Amino acid sequence: MRIDPKKCVACGNCTYVCPMSAIYIDPVIKRATVDLDECVECYACYNGLSKEHLNPTMVRTMRRIFQMMRLRFDPEPDVCPTSAFAPEDLAWPRVVRRAFSDPRVPHESTGVEGRGTEEVKTNDVTGRVKEGEVGFTIEFGRPGVGVRFWEIQKMTMRLARAGVEFEKKNPVTTLLKDKATGEIRDDILDEKIMSAIVEIKVPLARAEEVIRLVWEIEKQINTVVALGVGVRCDEQGEDSAVLPILQKLGYQPQRAKTNVGLGRTTNPTQEMPAVEPVGAAG
Amino acid sequence: MTNTLHRFGDAESFRDDYVVFAICSRGRNDHEGVTRLKKFLTMALEFGPVNLGDARHGGALRPCYSMNPSGHWKRDMTPDFQAVIDGLDTITTAAAVFEDRVKAEEFVKKVKEADLGLCVNISTSIEGAEQCCHAAGIKRHSVGYSLGFEGKTEKLPDTTVLTLMTMCGHGMIASSLAKKMVDWVKEGRRSPEQAVTYLARFCSCGVFNPARAQRILEQSRRKAV
Repeated sequence: MRIDPKKCVACGNCTYVCPMSAIYIDPVIKRATVDLDECVECYACYNGLSKEHLNPTMVRTMRRIFQMMRLRFDPEPDVCPTSAFAPEDLAWPRVVRRAFSDPRVPHESTGVEGRGTEEVKTNDVTGRVKEGEVGFTIEFGRPGVGVRFWEIQKMTMRLARAGVEFEKKNPVTTLLKDKATGEIRDDILDEKIMSAIVEIKVPLARAEEVIRLVWEIEKQINTVVALGVGVRCDEQGEDSAVLPILQKLGYQPQRAKTNVGLGRTTNPTQEMPAVEPVGAAG
Repeated sequence: MTNTLHRFGDAESFRDDYVVFAICSRGRNDHEGVTRLKKFLTMALEFGPVNLGDARHGGALRPCYSMNPSGHWKRDMTPDFQAVIDGLDTITTAAAVFEDRVKAEEFVKKVKEADLGLCVNISTSIEGAEQCCHAAGIKRHSVGYSLGFEGKTEKLPDTTVLTLMTMCGHGMIASSLAKKMVDWVKEGRRSPEQAVTYLARFCSCGVFNPARAQRILEQSRRKAV
């Protein structure tokens, strides 16, 4: 992302809306500037700010007058008065930043199979996580911290060493150059992104081992980690298998996504062309 | 994405936070998915949601890309639910957010009766979802637990800001904007009702809960939470 210095009036609104705090007013040029090394190309500034199309010279003059008179105009805080944001064409590997940071971007730009995963959200039709299995989502970087791939690689390599299987349709998995070692392709290792989710599935008997392994590695990573645990309930709609393990390890889960089981296969044939859900959420 | 799973707070703080969302699985139940997702959202209207959204276009409050300067004094802060339904044009995730458990229960009941074939999930406290399922006569199929934030948690902001910003699980609400709104409400520069509209516009999939955010801002005005 770039901010056009000819348009920017240094109102500062955008400095607050950047999730990575990568926008600042440059004291030399007196314009808002994007720290491109920290910017994850999430487009929160471009998509989230409302836009006016005011004349920059006029706005700067007004701001100078207000400043001289020690007056404070109290504008709306989510507006760019001169539409100064100018998205750039992103080339590889920088385009990976956007794929993992802007939830509205379809996967085609990177070849990554979607940013999101279905996890247990569609388990009622996919049967991905069966009774006796545990699905893990290990997310890095959110909220508001960000992560570089070389940090994620510490986890993927450790998981690979433990012999766990990575979810095939997960975006991070598609960027592994070797699934057996968990190594991520070299050309993206230093790219910073908003977040990424490593997704694995293990037998119930290995759940505790995986959690302890995550604990071990997250101490070596300079970002936040959010762990999600997916489980198939029994016929009574209960989970008497995983929750006790979590509680034994000291967790008291408060929130969950509950798949209520209303999904069913409705497509005429399984071979129909698949449509990639955009910005798979939930 | 796990964008409603890792909201910060304890079970009590989710008492006014029920996100019911529908998703299609590729190649299994995505045929004519747009029509059924629109129907899902339309059905939600009857139960008074506080937000509706689709993951491609956002929620019921969206930024304006050709704003008139008069907007600084007189800005429309009314959520436009119908625009969300009309704008859904691709297979994506559709979400309805409720501040009241009974409304969420009634909605889930209605979705069950409609038999849309979509995968439906409730994201809230574990107990809250169990109660919704019980009321609708549904046995839970699967559960995805959030174990919260770990690792370098010292990089996270204070709990009030964290509670606000994690209501957009995609991370589009910056901590500095959430903090600014907390401060503006304290200073009396904006009401909580106004402040939440600024935050909501950054949520790119419409799962932000303005009612819960308003309550949190109201609480933080009186004391540090």
